[in-house]
Amino acid sequence: MTKQIRIALAGNPNVGKTTLFNAITGARQHVGNWPGVTVEKKTGRVSHNGYEIEVVDLPGTYSLTAYSADEVVARDFILEEKPDVVVQVVDATNMERNLYLTTQLSELRSPVVIALNMADMAEARGDAIDRDRLSAFLEMPVVRTVGTRKDGISSLLDAVIEEAETSPHHEHTIGYGDDAERMIASLVGVLETDQSLAARYPLRWLAVKLLEGDEDVLARIQEGPAAGRVQNILSSIDTDGYEATMADKRYEAIAAILPQVRTVNTRSMNSSDIIDRVVTDRYLGIPIFLALMWGAFELTFTVASPFVTAIDTAIAWLAEAVAGSIEPAWLASLLGDGIIGGVGAVLVFIPNIFILFLILSILEDTGYLARAAFVMDRPMHALGLPGKSFIPMLIGFGCNVPAIMATRTIEGEKDRLLTILINPFISCSARLPVYVLFAGAFFGQQAAGGVVFFLYVLGIVVAIASAKLFRSTILPGESSPFIMEMPPYRIPTALTSLIHMWDKGSMYIRKAGTIILFGAVVVWVLASFPYGVEYGSAESLAGSLGHLIEPLVAPLGFDWKVSVALIFGFLAKEIVVGSLGVLYGTGEESLSSALLADPNLSAATALALMVFVLIYTPCLATLGVIKKETGSWKWTGFSVAYGLIAAWILAFIVGHLAGIFSGGM
Amino acid sequence: MESSDSTERTEITTLDRIGPKCRCHVVGVRASGALRKRVLAMGMVPGVEVETLQSAPLGDPTEYRVKGYCLSLRRAEARLIEVVQGDEP
Repeated sequence: MTKQIRIALAGNPNVGKTTLFNAITGARQHVGNWPGVTVEKKTGRVSHNGYEIEVVDLPGTYSLTAYSADEVVARDFILEEKPDVVVQVVDATNMERNLYLTTQLSELRSPVVIALNMADMAEARGDAIDRDRLSAFLEMPVVRTVGTRKDGISSLLDAVIEEAETSPHHEHTIGYGDDAERMIASLVGVLETDQSLAARYPLRWLAVKLLEGDEDVLARIQEGPAAGRVQNILSSIDTDGYEATMADKRYEAIAAILPQVRTVNTRSMNSSDIIDRVVTDRYLGIPIFLALMWGAFELTFTVASPFVTAIDTAIAWLAEAVAGSIEPAWLASLLGDGIIGGVGAVLVFIPNIFILFLILSILEDTGYLARAAFVMDRPMHALGLPGKSFIPMLIGFGCNVPAIMATRTIEGEKDRLLTILINPFISCSARLPVYVLFAGAFFGQQAAGGVVFFLYVLGIVVAIASAKLFRSTILPGESSPFIMEMPPYRIPTALTSLIHMWDKGSMYIRKAGTIILFGAVVVWVLASFPYGVEYGSAESLAGSLGHLIEPLVAPLGFDWKVSVALIFGFLAKEIVVGSLGVLYGTGEESLSSALLADPNLSAATALALMVFVLIYTPCLATLGVIKKETGSWKWTGFSVAYGLIAAWILAFIVGHLAGIFSGGM
Repeated sequence: MESSDSTERTEITTLDRIGPKCRCHVVGVRASGALRKRVLAMGMVPGVEVETLQSAPLGDPTEYRVKGYCLSLRRAEARLIEVVQGDEP
């Protein structure tokens, strides 16, 4: 009979934790979200010596305070779910800061096994680590691993199983000095009176956290019988002072151990420092960054382009085949225009998403992404945005869908939300066909380029102005502090990059895909009913809806036909063109002359329309990822409402100004 | 630095005022709340030696070496860390 054990993988960011997780579990993994937060949860399974081991990858954290959602998720899992063993992945080249987390893990009373990872890199630079002595000092097993080469996985799992079968565990604690220890003892004395608390949590850990002023822990004891006396003790002391003392004591304990277990080969400068000098250089830093970003953008959109076309063609062919071979006609239309069209709308982004996340994974794993944020922090900060929001903004010019997914690297929740909300104003490539049609028809060869350029700039201006507006209203406060590790440069592994790419792509299909597909079917219903009308014509529900909203958009100079096209543009903005082709009964080829001949349309109206298409509601696929990434229908709805209102106001202003200059709308 | 060489070693200043390629020691952290937790966890504890490496092309943030690894901070955060310049605390 196989025995089940569950282990949690903890560790600092940038220690090769994901690579080790992949090396342990291979393809047997599952990606989801931790409940209630947009923090990714990865679990995997592995069989070893008759044991079935479930591996839960905790978010990478430097500490176990309540600093961020990541830290709260990690420590809550260890406290509440009580995994059999916690494996801490420690970067052998950066032990001092890594062991700081170890000091906190051991206070949680969970059995801990140390995976001394990247051991090959420490050895290569001449460091010697005595693992047996380290193990003796820490009172926990220490196993040498090299995640990139899958070295030491088997010994690690042996140690994990042995640790899981050993009980009881010896508690290794740090002494925080007489004064702090007295406070801890009196807090523990008070906490013991709360029976249910004592049964669930290690009391010393609770006392330590209370002394550090941890608000999350304070909230946990608030309801219990000990709350009043704890408050009494805490109100008489300076928790900030204790917090610094205790952090200092933890580092002191580490500093006492390290010289006895490690001999460091001191060097004046390593290759990482030299690369850093170049990529953050005063003159070269920004050009190097821009060149790499240009390369990433080109790869994402030009390399993906033939695949996108192939998917488009295949979907169109399939839809046509279905339409031609299935009876009755309404079913053929539902399958062809609705379902297959909707699935197509989901699939068409897959090549971009795969390639972008492959590139981002490589940039992140090499360590460059941290330098990109470092180089761009100043200019972005001036706009009220973190340095890391530059990449999503840039990707937005190609497509807002992968751009919004790329905001995952932004740590502060507010910063991330802000970057997500302003991203749709960056003019994606799907809006270009609309500009080309209207600018070409109404402004002629000479001026069309200028008009399109104006629209791109307007999008950027609206994004920046919205960022400023949101910062001072709905998302108040300064942007998050910038305290970022600059990890050493490393060579990424193909497996980790490919798994990252696959995770993002499949997550997009499962989570955003369902919303997009549902929306596509709704639009199909609007276009096809009442029964018997021509798809998307004036007589359809969409046509009636167009007439219904005509008065709302009449001040902008739009008639019902434009209204209908805008409704379909919700599906994907380039559909505005095809939809107008149907409504004018011309197809797309002779549409521009039909538009010119329409007395309701002038150059000023055309300009207003282009501004409206630029800013109004994000398309369905974008809304799908906004919902997925914010985890909130409220923010998704806000994005639609804000976009529509801003679009109306700006289209009104631009249209009327243009009307004044050109002599009437 | 306005201070003369003789007083510089004992005078408390803030990390943002330490020039590139200089070493200093942390004597206090004035940040509070979550920021304080992060700064301490990243190794900026009293007594630690910090070496200033380089600044970003536009002058901010700046990269430091502390506890054997590299950390970058904005001027605004560095201003909250009290240090004394020199090799000895």
